[in-house]
Amino acid sequence: MKTIKVGLGTCGVSAGAQKTYEAIKNEIELQNIQAVLKETGCNGMCYREPLVEVIDEQKNSFVYGEVTPEKAKTIMNSHVLADEPVAEWLVQSTRPSEDDTFFKKQNRIVLRNCGIIDPSSITEYVATGGYEAIQRVLKEYTPERVIDVITRSGLRGRGGGGFLSGVKWKFCRDAAGDKKYIICNADEGDPGAFMDRSTLESDPHSVLEGMMICAYAIGAEEGYIYARAEYPKAVARLKHSIREALAKGFLGKNIFGSPVNFSVKIKEGAGAFVCGEETALIASIEGKRGMPRFRPPFPANKGLWGKPTNINNVETYANVPWIIMNGPEAFAAFGTDNSKGTKVFALAGKIQRGGLAEVPMGITINEIVFDIGGGIKEGKKFKAVQMGGPSGGCIPASMGDLQIDYQQINRTGAIMGSGGLVVMDESTCMVDMAKFFLRFTQDESCGKCTFCRIGTKRMLEVLERITDGNGKEGDIELLRHLAYEIRNNTICGLGQTAPNPVLTTLKYFPEEYEAHIREKRCPAHSCSALLTYSIKADACKGCMACAKACPAEAITGEKKKAHEINTAVCIKCGKCLETCKFNAVIKN
Amino acid sequence: MMLNEIVSTAVKKFGVGREQLLPVLQYVVSQEKWLSEDALLGVARAFDMSAAEVYGVASFYSFLDTKPRGDYVIRVCRTVSCDMAGKEAIMEALEKTLHISVGETTADRKFTLLETNCMGWCAEGPAMLVNDYVYTGLTPEKVVDILQGYMAGA
Repeated sequence: MKTIKVGLGTCGVSAGAQKTYEAIKNEIELQNIQAVLKETGCNGMCYREPLVEVIDEQKNSFVYGEVTPEKAKTIMNSHVLADEPVAEWLVQSTRPSEDDTFFKKQNRIVLRNCGIIDPSSITEYVATGGYEAIQRVLKEYTPERVIDVITRSGLRGRGGGGFLSGVKWKFCRDAAGDKKYIICNADEGDPGAFMDRSTLESDPHSVLEGMMICAYAIGAEEGYIYARAEYPKAVARLKHSIREALAKGFLGKNIFGSPVNFSVKIKEGAGAFVCGEETALIASIEGKRGMPRFRPPFPANKGLWGKPTNINNVETYANVPWIIMNGPEAFAAFGTDNSKGTKVFALAGKIQRGGLAEVPMGITINEIVFDIGGGIKEGKKFKAVQMGGPSGGCIPASMGDLQIDYQQINRTGAIMGSGGLVVMDESTCMVDMAKFFLRFTQDESCGKCTFCRIGTKRMLEVLERITDGNGKEGDIELLRHLAYEIRNNTICGLGQTAPNPVLTTLKYFPEEYEAHIREKRCPAHSCSALLTYSIKADACKGCMACAKACPAEAITGEKKKAHEINTAVCIKCGKCLETCKFNAVIKN
Repeated sequence: MMLNEIVSTAVKKFGVGREQLLPVLQYVVSQEKWLSEDALLGVARAFDMSAAEVYGVASFYSFLDTKPRGDYVIRVCRTVSCDMAGKEAIMEALEKTLHISVGETTADRKFTLLETNCMGWCAEGPAMLVNDYVYTGLTPEKVVDILQGYMAGA
């Protein structure tokens, strides 16, 4: 009997996977087809959603991409009933496909079950070896040994800080106090990052198991998962998984029949980016405004309700069971000297294949962008990649051979962050890009530190006037000065790193800032205030299409005669350029 | 349900420990769509806290609205990858169809149009959230269809 799996992560559902699922279910009932229909999470190929996998009697897997309900019917009739795979829609199977390169350089630890198991079934997680690591730990390991294994694996916190997880656990274990807590930071908010959402939606039990192991190592009996409000599906999945684990005795009193107790509560965020910062997150769980506080004391000594607390993010915890089962050496075999293991990267922006890819540390930017991501959309030129969200920076295409690890990335002025990669092409203006991230941090600043609250506002104003064509001599120096003050006079990561997008674009693309300020020109032809549109008289056929499309009535001219754009009236919407069939409209 | 019933249901469900302040406020928002002065006062009384402190917590979080909101709160992602994917055209289509600007609520209190920071659908932008439901890969046409669905449905 064949098995059919439909990816019902948020990415799948929003692409219409629910309808595809219903269509398949319908077909099975209507034609009384002998097949098992299952749901699964996201395998990372977000750019091909909805995804449907058919596993035949010989266990061969055939993955179809962009499956509409109509296509699903054809697949059911042709492949499931008549054993004739529909070759043209296949994205992954025994036969080679252009999408194979998406997976070729990946090594999946965190995403090991994503898109494979049904995330709503604890039985399926257990069938893949799930919850074996915690049982092994409870039976055979002392807490110290667990910490030793995690330390030797070289695992570093995947949320952005990159601190050695084993060392962090040891601090918390050694901290004085009988009551301790652990927290899973699922407040993923960096623009361009969505690996934690996908992991929670596609394999929630791996995170719970990682938390159990950590709780045992530290000596905590209570854990919290702080998840953001924007992830309703991930929260629902977690709640369901916790209920399942409770029912099986995997959570609660005497887990797995051991003397150890562990329970998990979910706390939902309410839309505040700064709550991803650990001390702000703790304040938010305590029911307060989510404002960071000065460290030390670190949460390992004084965390939730003043008790020793360990905080790691979703991706970090999801690595833990794998490390226990496969040994720290196997994990450390991936990566570079200072950065071990794999890292999940979220690919977005002007890249062909948007989605999630888990690769060994040490892979180059070019390998991710071109080999995995399929290069730039519409055949345009790769210009830069923004790494690490608003705390990170833009790395230019000329540094594409850079190996990705914590040290190398920090040297560029960007940071690894949570692993969001926003890819930019030649049409992206770097000043505009910096403005974007600054508006984000400005907006999300909690307001506690003056330099973050007001300094980012002043920087944003300078960037706005530069992109509006009102930049002045001295603006670049002013930006640098403000950046320096903000970096050195704020207490949390949000403020300290807020200037990074501006500093890195200034470092690698100074000529773009200068062109905006001195020549009132946007080299990427992106800043609308600095653009003018005109019509080449010899190319214009006088068809009047552009004049009709113009919402501002800025285009004049008679039929079959060359038209003109009145730049004083033109609102620079670009409709004429889109409309003209003769390439007569030019953007300057 | 009356406002005081909503508050007392929430308090019964979660309790009045300080830790439960956010869950209680979130529950009220889920029922009322926003936190009115009366709601904040009711919660403050139940928690035996000053109303100013409750307001201070509520106003910190963008999902705990302290201004009236429509039945359907639309939050369009304004982050870089959604912007690159054509978020401006989506905003235009929404504003045109609803006859409101960002930050406003329609006269019939059905729709509120807001922008929000990254929602984590970066590979499939532009994206928006309507209450708890996510829409991605939006086009101006798709947006109009979605709105018409809500207009007809409610």
